[in-house]
Amino acid sequence: MNESQEPALRVTDLRTYFPVRSKGLFPKTVGQVKAVDGVSFSVQPGQTLGLVGESGCGKSTTGRSVLRLIERTSGRIEFDGLDVTEMSSREMVPIRRKAAMIFQDPYNALNPRHTVGAIIGAPFAVQGVKPPGGVRKAVQELMERVGLNPEHYNRYPAEFSGGQRQRIGIARAVALKPKFIVCDEPVSALDVSIQAQVINLLRDLQDDFGIAYLFIAHDLAVVRQIAHHVAVMYLGQVMELATREDLYSRPLHPYTHALLSAIPIPDPRAQRQREHIMLSGDLPSPAAPPSGCVFHTRCFQAQDICAVEKPEIIEFEPGHKVACHFPIVEFLGTAPITGLDPGLTKQTGAAGEDRGSNDLIREIGTDYGAAPNTPIDPGPAIWR
Amino acid sequence: MVKVALIDGPDSLTGSEVASRSLRKIVWTRLRRDKLAMVCLFILIALYLIAIFAPVICGLLGVDPYSFDKESISDSGGGPVGTWGGISTEHPLGVEWGTGRDIFAQLLYGLRISLLIATTATILTVFFGTVLGIISGYAGGKTDAVIGRTMDLILAFPFLLIILAMSGVLTQRLTALGVPDGNPSRITYLIIVLSIFGWPYLARIVRGQVLSVREREFVEASIAMGASRYRILFKEILPNLWAPILVYATLTLPTYVGTEAALSFLGVGVLPPDTSFGGMLGNSVSYFSVVPSYLFIPGVVLVVLVVTFNLVGDAVRDALDPRAGRV
Repeated sequence: MNESQEPALRVTDLRTYFPVRSKGLFPKTVGQVKAVDGVSFSVQPGQTLGLVGESGCGKSTTGRSVLRLIERTSGRIEFDGLDVTEMSSREMVPIRRKAAMIFQDPYNALNPRHTVGAIIGAPFAVQGVKPPGGVRKAVQELMERVGLNPEHYNRYPAEFSGGQRQRIGIARAVALKPKFIVCDEPVSALDVSIQAQVINLLRDLQDDFGIAYLFIAHDLAVVRQIAHHVAVMYLGQVMELATREDLYSRPLHPYTHALLSAIPIPDPRAQRQREHIMLSGDLPSPAAPPSGCVFHTRCFQAQDICAVEKPEIIEFEPGHKVACHFPIVEFLGTAPITGLDPGLTKQTGAAGEDRGSNDLIREIGTDYGAAPNTPIDPGPAIWR
Repeated sequence: MVKVALIDGPDSLTGSEVASRSLRKIVWTRLRRDKLAMVCLFILIALYLIAIFAPVICGLLGVDPYSFDKESISDSGGGPVGTWGGISTEHPLGVEWGTGRDIFAQLLYGLRISLLIATTATILTVFFGTVLGIISGYAGGKTDAVIGRTMDLILAFPFLLIILAMSGVLTQRLTALGVPDGNPSRITYLIIVLSIFGWPYLARIVRGQVLSVREREFVEASIAMGASRYRILFKEILPNLWAPILVYATLTLPTYVGTEAALSFLGVGVLPPDTSFGGMLGNSVSYFSVVPSYLFIPGVVLVVLVVTFNLVGDAVRDALDPRAGRV
């Protein structure tokens, strides 16, 4: 990561708490749901940060807080080096040109009463941007760019399939060439074959326009295809943040291990034989998160300290951050962070795979779980 | 939603630009296939044209609602001469007891006033109900509470009593404000009162719809673009509310015709020599046993008007939402 460059998006210690109010005539705030609790990350121009985690872990809240669609409780948000944290909604209007959002549900994200032309042209109208050659021409170029027939300018969203609608949403998001786009599960509502097409489109647009993505997803296999860095969230906190290669080949956090072991392998025999980590218990309520490490109630290698002391997120290896007292290091068993030589954990072979688009379709289409050359199996089951 | 594409058959992709069906076109296509609705729509348009051109029609037939015709009533009791309430070539639907005024002309002029009151009141009701409903539903919090309690207050009012009781005072106030004395201010009073007591019903429906529409992601997408509140309310949310608003309007208008008739019957409506359906029905009740046609003629037209409006309203609702079956 080129740190000298100003990140397209930098988030520092973001917290978003929702008040829990008592019922009755005079409601009082009786508690807080800590949806996002101290999240920090940055996304470099032209790069993608994947944000993964199970339902209710605060991924979407993070994405919406970043765009100031939900009011954050504390923390700092910078767009392209500009602090937008304290801006009023009026001041935000011109700034919103720098940022956009792609939504999960392509049926809800487009106004059913507007034509495609009106939907994709809306950013121009709202921001008062007059593209050369007129809005209509610009919109039709965008439609062509995202793989839609420009002649369908006057059609309504109901006349398109889910994948086409997602393309409409993408065209709207890139209309003003934003610095970054928050993609909130942009492919999880689509068929697997369509997912690959949409991800390819997102990557092509990233290459062309240098857009940064904050890519929210619960599907690790999808994130693997697009993200340069991956952050794993659990109960409003980032558990692990690393480059894609590091995270998938040498995960450190027990939670990441559990997530990776849940990705199905399309070979039934291998699927049966491999090690599964079943997390016990349910996701705790974010209104009353566990003490110490939020994951300790479900962690298969929690020790006494985990319930008492919250592990800070530290840079365990260069570019690989983890919030755990006992990160899992392959071949070494578990070890307290102190006195461990990160060099020993280096693994060879698991380099990033080719990001060619044909490969991608093959990977997602046929081999939904692990990419052929990088076994995701976390190695010896040292936690047994 | 999915059926939409099937209505016109496959698209012809030959043109340089594929024209798409707007909501209006979709509704019109569906409505056109509903024979009953088309008949009703035709009747409605005819009634409106008749109302608008009432003076012309009466002029052509040589009748007018104001002139007395002593020839057509008996000297003894003032009853119409001849059968069926004095129906003759001069008076197509007979004459009024006691004055000999032409009932056909009265009917046309009555239709004019009834439709004027009901249509204007419906437009005002829909306007205020929609605007306040959208604001209430979207803003939430204190704004919602204030508008909501106002609606509750109005809905809890004894509507009929208030209208009857305040009629005299408020009509005078209107006259003082410069509305011509007599029927113009009475008509204005009726329009205002119907609108004031009518908008909360629509506002509640609209508010409920807004509560669901505003949670949809295209609203959030609009905020993320930096859209103004005006744009979100009236460009993004409002187009999704046309179905309930249109249905409510088509069902409210006949209700207002009926309400106006009832109020005129009770003496709050227009005064003679002008007349409306309610006024005619009120007059005719005294002579029912002798001249039943006098009661039936305005009664039948009133029923036709209300029923056709209701049927068109139902058809519009079905056309807007093909999933909602007729019960």
